Amino acid sequence: MTVEAREARQPYLLLSPAMVAVTLLLLVPLAFIVVYSFWLRTATGADQAGFFLDNWREALSDAFYRDILLNTLKIAAITTLVCAIMGYPAAYVIARSRGNKAVLLLLLMLPFWISYIIRTMSWINILGASGAINSALMWLGITDAPIQMLYNEASVILGLVHFLLPFMILNIYVSLDGIDTTLEDAACSLGATRWRTFLEVTLPLSLPGLAAGGLLAFVLGAGTYITPIVLGGPTDAMFANLVFEAIITQLNWPLGSALSLMLLAVLGALVLLYNHFLGMGQLMKGLG
Amino acid sequence: MGAVTLQNIVKRFGSFTAVHPMSLEIPEGSFVSLLGPSGCGKTTTLRMIAGLLDPSEGDIQINGRRINDVPIHKRNLGLVFQNYALFPHRTIAENVAFGLKFRGVDKAERDERVKKALDLVQLPDVGDRYPKQLSGGQQQRIALARAIVIEPDVLLLDEPLSALDANLREDMRVELKRIQHQIGITTVFVTHDQAEALALSDRIVVMSNGRVEQVGAPEDVYTTPATEFVARFLGASNILPSTCTDADGATVALENSAFGKLVLPRERAPHVSGPGAVKLAVRAEKLAIVAPGAAGAPGEDEVSVPGVIETVDYQGLAARYFVRIGNEQLQAINMIDGSPFAEGAAVDVRLRPRDCTILAEAA
Ligand SMILES: Nc1ncnc2c1ncn2[C@@H]1O[C@H](COP(=O)(O)OP(=O)(O)OP(=O)(O)O)[C@@H](O)[C@H]1O
Ligand SMILES: [Mg+2]
Repeated sequence: MTVEAREARQPYLLLSPAMVAVTLLLLVPLAFIVVYSFWLRTATGADQAGFFLDNWREALSDAFYRDILLNTLKIAAITTLVCAIMGYPAAYVIARSRGNKAVLLLLLMLPFWISYIIRTMSWINILGASGAINSALMWLGITDAPIQMLYNEASVILGLVHFLLPFMILNIYVSLDGIDTTLEDAACSLGATRWRTFLEVTLPLSLPGLAAGGLLAFVLGAGTYITPIVLGGPTDAMFANLVFEAIITQLNWPLGSALSLMLLAVLGALVLLYNHFLGMGQLMKGLG
Repeated sequence: MGAVTLQNIVKRFGSFTAVHPMSLEIPEGSFVSLLGPSGCGKTTTLRMIAGLLDPSEGDIQINGRRINDVPIHKRNLGLVFQNYALFPHRTIAENVAFGLKFRGVDKAERDERVKKALDLVQLPDVGDRYPKQLSGGQQQRIALARAIVIEPDVLLLDEPLSALDANLREDMRVELKRIQHQIGITTVFVTHDQAEALALSDRIVVMSNGRVEQVGAPEDVYTTPATEFVARFLGASNILPSTCTDADGATVALENSAFGKLVLPRERAPHVSGPGAVKLAVRAEKLAIVAPGAAGAPGEDEVSVPGVIETVDYQGLAARYFVRIGNEQLQAINMIDGSPFAEGAAVDVRLRPRDCTILAEAA
């Protein structure tokens, strides 16, 4: 074998374990789900193999599913917006800090060491009827009965922001950190105030990070099902909860498959849109 | 246009002093270089003038007005960086027009002035491109255009040519000189490259370890270095510890181990007041290496001593010899006529005392 041929093969050799894993653990199960979505669950509870469009017809025509899908997208959008507004200043401070950058980044990573479920449940101890805030308010005599702060849309969004903020900050940080500060010096020397410099130079150059963080927060937020279970009320179900409900509770795999593919299609379209305008490279930078 | 005055400016970073008290007059329209090795405080000084750093002490004036407290965006200075610092998300025309936006220049005049600036740097047709689509040299011209289009009082350049390759650097050097002449702007140029400083400047400020070693015209700094540092940093020099034996109004007599007695004209040793230890600087190119007993006996104003070549560094046009004379090893750079001397060859080393300098620095 020539050197060239060996070099040409090398990337594939190195990638092959990962490609095998992706194929077996992701693509094959996904193919099963696609197949399942065309099966039918009969009245007896058994699945009937075949090519039926019934699940798809139900998923796409029932207003119940549509409303929950729209609500899911709304919650994900609000969460993303809040993360962006809260995350940008934090990322800016980290990127521009001189000595303690490593410490700040470590603090940012710290939450990842604790299970996401436990982090979500911690809000019950803070906002719950006998949680920290209500206990304090009652002890101070400001209220007699606990204020209901949990189990509504706001607490779901709060939980999601808590979960997704580090992703947003990391992505914006990577973008800001890559901006050459002499660009800002140049803008100032040309007559721009600090604020104008931010608007004209820093912000536009950090948009790729903001977009990457936004995409990640949106996709992860829209696909979540634990946060609404732990922090949401009966009417705060998100789309992934429907999938969970169909598959785990009702054991209706065909319908669950169709629903999950529906969510995948919506979020996949978003990712493709992002890729079209900004490319995947930026997202990888933020994750790596 | 403006004159710049630095009055005892100091810059400290924590307990480290990057610039020791430094005073400097930069006349209107002149081209002044800050020259020195890496870390000597050139950029720090430039950034203080620019307003990117606050001096720890001292005053900075432009046209006699103290500007210490004027924020950078109101100083009206043109800044050019080593890495160009063009805005990657803006076209070339937008880059050049950037500073005009903040000066209330209307769109039509802006376009006009951008066009003129691009003509000046001889890149009239690149306005619609993005910085990435230009070569390094072209980007640096655009950075220059962007800095001068705002008609700044002073142009500040921080190693603007260092990122370019050797040939391009020389072309850009000529270009920079032409543009500076054409618009006659006061320019402060930071470099660690002595050739750039010598070629471009009206005056050179040689710096070392945060202190000014010498200020003078290129020729003065080169031929009459004030300190050992300057002598060694600009070109190659030999520093010979010597003893002054006699000094009168016209001549200074001294002795050293390599050449014995030397008599220098007074202007080569202006600082010497009387007998004592001094440092003699001899440029490597002023030592002539000849074959022993070569034709053309030493001129009457020339001294000749025997030596042995220890190392030859062949450079094509010239050769650098390390030649031993007694206990001293000296460096000599000579044009090659025929073939260079071989290592180990016995030679004569000739020197005209009036080509030497006694350093102002105490021995
Ligand atoms: N922000 C800072 N904090 C601490 N020390 C600094 C800072 N900026 C510069 N220094 C120190 O001050 C000294 C002078 O730095 P400066 O950048 O002015 O050098 P320079 O002459 O421009 O060198 P070079 O040719 O490498 O650019 C250096 O020793 C540098 O380490
Ligand atoms: Mg520097």
